[in-house]
Amino acid sequence: MVSFTRFTLDNGLKVLVHEDPTTPMAVLNVLYDVGARDENPGQTGFAHLFEHLMFGGSLNIPSYDEPLQRVGGENNAFTSNDITNYYLTLPSENVETAFWLESDRMLSLAFTEKSLEVQRNVVCEEFKQRYLNQPYGDVWLKLRPLAYREHPYRWATIGKELSHIEQATMDDVKAFFRKHYNPKNAIVVVGGNVKTDDMKVMAEKWFGSIPSGPRYDRDLPQEPEQTEARTETVKADVPLDAIYMAFKMGRRTDPDYYAFDLLSDILSRGKSSRLYNSLLKEKQLFSEINAYNMGSLDTGLFVIEGKLSEGTPMEEAEAGIWTELQRLATEPVGEAELTKVKNKVESTMAFSEMSLLDKAMNLAFYELLGDANLFNEETSRYHAVQAADIMQAAAATFTKEKSSILYYLKNA
Amino acid sequence: MLNRTEAPAFGLVSDIQFIKPEHRTLRNGIPVFSLVAGGQDLVRIEFIFENVDHAEGSPLQSMAVNNLLNNGTATRSAREIAESVDFYGAFLQTDYNPDHASLTLYTLTKHLEAVLPIVHDVLTGSTFPADELDIFARNQKQKLLVNLKKNDFVARRLFSAAVLGNTPYGYVPQPEDYDQLDRGTLLRYFAAGYSPENCTIVAAGKFDERSFNLLDRFFGADWEVKEKAAAQQFTPGEPDARKIYQEVPDALQSALRLGTLTINRRHPDFPALQVLNCVLGGYFGSRLMANIREDKGFTYGIGSGLASLKHAGYFFISTEVGAEVSQAALNEIYSEISLLQSAPVAGEELSLVRNYMMGSLLGSLENVFSHADKFKNVHFSGMDYDYYSNYIETIRTVSAERLQHLAQTYLRPEQFVEVTVGKK
Repeated sequence: MVSFTRFTLDNGLKVLVHEDPTTPMAVLNVLYDVGARDENPGQTGFAHLFEHLMFGGSLNIPSYDEPLQRVGGENNAFTSNDITNYYLTLPSENVETAFWLESDRMLSLAFTEKSLEVQRNVVCEEFKQRYLNQPYGDVWLKLRPLAYREHPYRWATIGKELSHIEQATMDDVKAFFRKHYNPKNAIVVVGGNVKTDDMKVMAEKWFGSIPSGPRYDRDLPQEPEQTEARTETVKADVPLDAIYMAFKMGRRTDPDYYAFDLLSDILSRGKSSRLYNSLLKEKQLFSEINAYNMGSLDTGLFVIEGKLSEGTPMEEAEAGIWTELQRLATEPVGEAELTKVKNKVESTMAFSEMSLLDKAMNLAFYELLGDANLFNEETSRYHAVQAADIMQAAAATFTKEKSSILYYLKNA
Repeated sequence: MLNRTEAPAFGLVSDIQFIKPEHRTLRNGIPVFSLVAGGQDLVRIEFIFENVDHAEGSPLQSMAVNNLLNNGTATRSAREIAESVDFYGAFLQTDYNPDHASLTLYTLTKHLEAVLPIVHDVLTGSTFPADELDIFARNQKQKLLVNLKKNDFVARRLFSAAVLGNTPYGYVPQPEDYDQLDRGTLLRYFAAGYSPENCTIVAAGKFDERSFNLLDRFFGADWEVKEKAAAQQFTPGEPDARKIYQEVPDALQSALRLGTLTINRRHPDFPALQVLNCVLGGYFGSRLMANIREDKGFTYGIGSGLASLKHAGYFFISTEVGAEVSQAALNEIYSEISLLQSAPVAGEELSLVRNYMMGSLLGSLENVFSHADKFKNVHFSGMDYDYYSNYIETIRTVSAERLQHLAQTYLRPEQFVEVTVGKK
């Protein structure tokens, strides 16, 4: 159970405080409700490039990192297709430094040409390091546009292509900031060895005077229902053939999300899972196999990916996966197996409560979903899932018409 | 009116409390170190075995033994082991590093009694079934083939092999080595390495008298010493080559890795060398990051580190840079080292690094598991908590002159092995 207090400043900023006196540290997590899905198709990779620029100095503070390190703090951030999340940890007695730094960059960035120039280069190197210069690194650059035709999930957070990053201008960057980076689009969570009353005072002091800014009303093209099987084959300089199967599923906030999440556990969580035992150990079709869902805020994907054992024909490997998916769609999961995956979820939740940062990030994310307290109700939602729910989710999802399959083959 | 240009007042970290373990022994002499804290009903129990000499075969044998531990016993198949552990929501994990192999159990404390018999079965009666070994060997070999397509992975191997040489630390498996794995050898290594004589237990979390008694019941008796093992030997030679270049056609980036053998945690200079490493490449604001990423934009990331092993230590710098700037990046790296040797670190920078490292130490003690990790660092180096007192004192007081001297002593590019994988 993660307890918290929530309040909203006059400018619309939501603030949550979680007291944890067992640690000497404090965390400040700032979630901005903007991700790669909010980019325009001609300027992809912007949300992520912008995350980099957030470290280039703000209106009144020339360097973000230096003053934080000076008080013993560390920070990082990540961008997804849905959100951009910044977090910092520091000794709790210095928590005000965190408020100072985060509020100033919410107020306004310094926007220097040098910072933009350098971060364009850094992001291009990141693009190469993670997506282009790695075996199978470009899978998501191919799979997203196959699975999505309309929704902006059709591009990856890094962007469609290097040129979008290379051509970003200062005007573009400023416009992006004005549109998305303001109190109405943010959720602040402060946690650790702090007092709620003190945090209220500090939040008001540092964030209270930031203008609330324009409201961003998200109106994204939604993905039409997929009605035909899609496949694509690529060849590359990789040592093994691989298959990536993506099925359309619902949103993170849909009630049946929990059934989907348990489905992925049944299929591939750990060495007692079905795909591991049936396809890797018994039939030996794969050398690696995994199933997971993307947990997306809009229409999501349920993904099965595997690297084939040397010499296995692709048709046989794919048929093996379909057999397991069909089983889930036609036979109810047994009581013991269902209890097993639920118990695993429960203990994972318990272990995650040992990390202050995880707690703060989760509170922010669940607040974005509608209510931070949903985090505390997660375990019971998983427990409520019945075998019939899982079978229904599988039957509705694992069909050819909802599938997008990428065959990633080694060069002959 | 709020003055946003002025930083809030801040304090320096003054008091760092370590949770220290209670030391007890099971009836057969296995030491149990337990660190108790945390509100959750959770416990992590590590069974740690020192790696022993590979009388036959390569270190791949001991890696394979560790990896295959929970893949079958006389009474349980791999799947049965996994099913029963998973049913209780527990996690059973194997870990291997050059000095130790371990089996770690994470469980809700209430299920400890139910899962310990499985752990006991695995640690005392693993049989390494031939079919499991075949699958393991084939899949690991395939994984290796994929990794060999990654420049940074290849650079790390070339570096290890050159710096740590023909020792267990320098061993890097070749794909064909997996074909040589042999069940008999694994069984003999298991008998020699996984014995109560060679075992240390570290428990962290909610661990009470009853938990200790359970450990004693399952592991304190009835666990025979099967074979006497010899300790690992470590005698590295001189690297064959100082500059190693592996060209990768069409590489967009080059992986760079450079460094040298150096002192380990047991040496009195080690804490101060950690401060120097931090200045150079140990945090986001480090000189390497400031220059090569934040000024030049050559890379997504660059860092340096010190690895402390039981019989050795080494220093390394690693990065992946745009292929066209490989040489420019190397030049910048060497010029940063040269600067550390020729001029003392300025007062402002040094005070920042002191504060950062203290905050980082405090933050690294997030929960009882991290306290246990701090204990293992010193315990397996044959040291005690005085190491941390000394470390803290050094962070606070080490002088710029001493750091400059350490740079001249330990960061000597003429001793470095320099690996480039990609383009020159």
